[in-house]
Amino acid sequence: MENNQTNTGNATVDIAYRRKKNAEEMRHQVITFTLMIFLTIIAFVAVGAGMSGWFTVPFILLLAAVQVVFQLYYFMHMSHKGHEAPALFLYSGLLVGLITVLAFVTIVWW
Amino acid sequence: MHAEEKMTLEKWPASPEKQTLEAKNKFLGFWLFLGGETVLFASLFATYLALKDKVPGPDHALAKDLFEIPLAFLMTMILLTSSLTSVYAMYHMKNFEFKKMQLWLGITVILGFGFLALEIYEFYHYVHHYGHTFTSSAFGSAFYTLVGFHGAHVAFGLAWIITLMVRNAKRGLSLYNAPKFYVASLYWHFIDVVWVFIFSVVYLMGMVG
Repeated sequence: MENNQTNTGNATVDIAYRRKKNAEEMRHQVITFTLMIFLTIIAFVAVGAGMSGWFTVPFILLLAAVQVVFQLYYFMHMSHKGHEAPALFLYSGLLVGLITVLAFVTIVWW
Repeated sequence: MHAEEKMTLEKWPASPEKQTLEAKNKFLGFWLFLGGETVLFASLFATYLALKDKVPGPDHALAKDLFEIPLAFLMTMILLTSSLTSVYAMYHMKNFEFKKMQLWLGITVILGFGFLALEIYEFYHYVHHYGHTFTSSAFGSAFYTLVGFHGAHVAFGLAWIITLMVRNAKRGLSLYNAPKFYVASLYWHFIDVVWVFIFSVVYLMGMVG
């Protein structure tokens, strides 16, 4: 939807339409931001409440993963068309990264 | 369309960040770079997790002695908000509103400096109150390398955005500089992505113990 140039031949109509689309997207961004703030507060409260680590650690990691998806897909526009190559690069990086972390936290001290 | 052609609202395309070949290459190359950055930060996270709380003696401060919720929370909120303000900047870029874009980038920069100031205070506090330095323990080395590297990214991002703002202050928006602003905003979001993991893995997990 991003790459489609709307062209009615009437510049004023096109601009008005695109502005409306942009404003709509911006509203979604603000909603995403509110959710991210909310998740952050929950994560800090979970730790502040002093619950067991066996619950808290997986819980805050899950919240972090959700937040990162929000950042990547909404703030960094990965949900838009034409992001196949970025997705490949980023997920390749994440795969290598996860293996590195896994190797270090298991092999190094066991 | 020539990239540096004087633009008007009527001519401004829907995706100004991807109109020219240079812009498309920049976009692709930048995401490749971000993939590499992911690996780089992952290796620093792995090192930190492996060396967390590895100190030479019982008198050395551990993660749970150092970290405090209020400061980590404040830093997180500031950086998260700066991510939203740079989204606002790109929103105005797409609407061909150069002044508003500059304003929101300016707000982003101020928030970025706020974050850096808090980080400097934090490091100062650890060094002077806990003797937790880069060379005091393996834990210290891993901690300052990971968090410091992120801080260096924030500093670099600030220099980048400020340079773009100053360089283009009198030029206005064109298809030549729109991709530059866009890529800088992607970098800023990526810094926030890394911070999400830092506050979760380093600070929150550190306080849990």
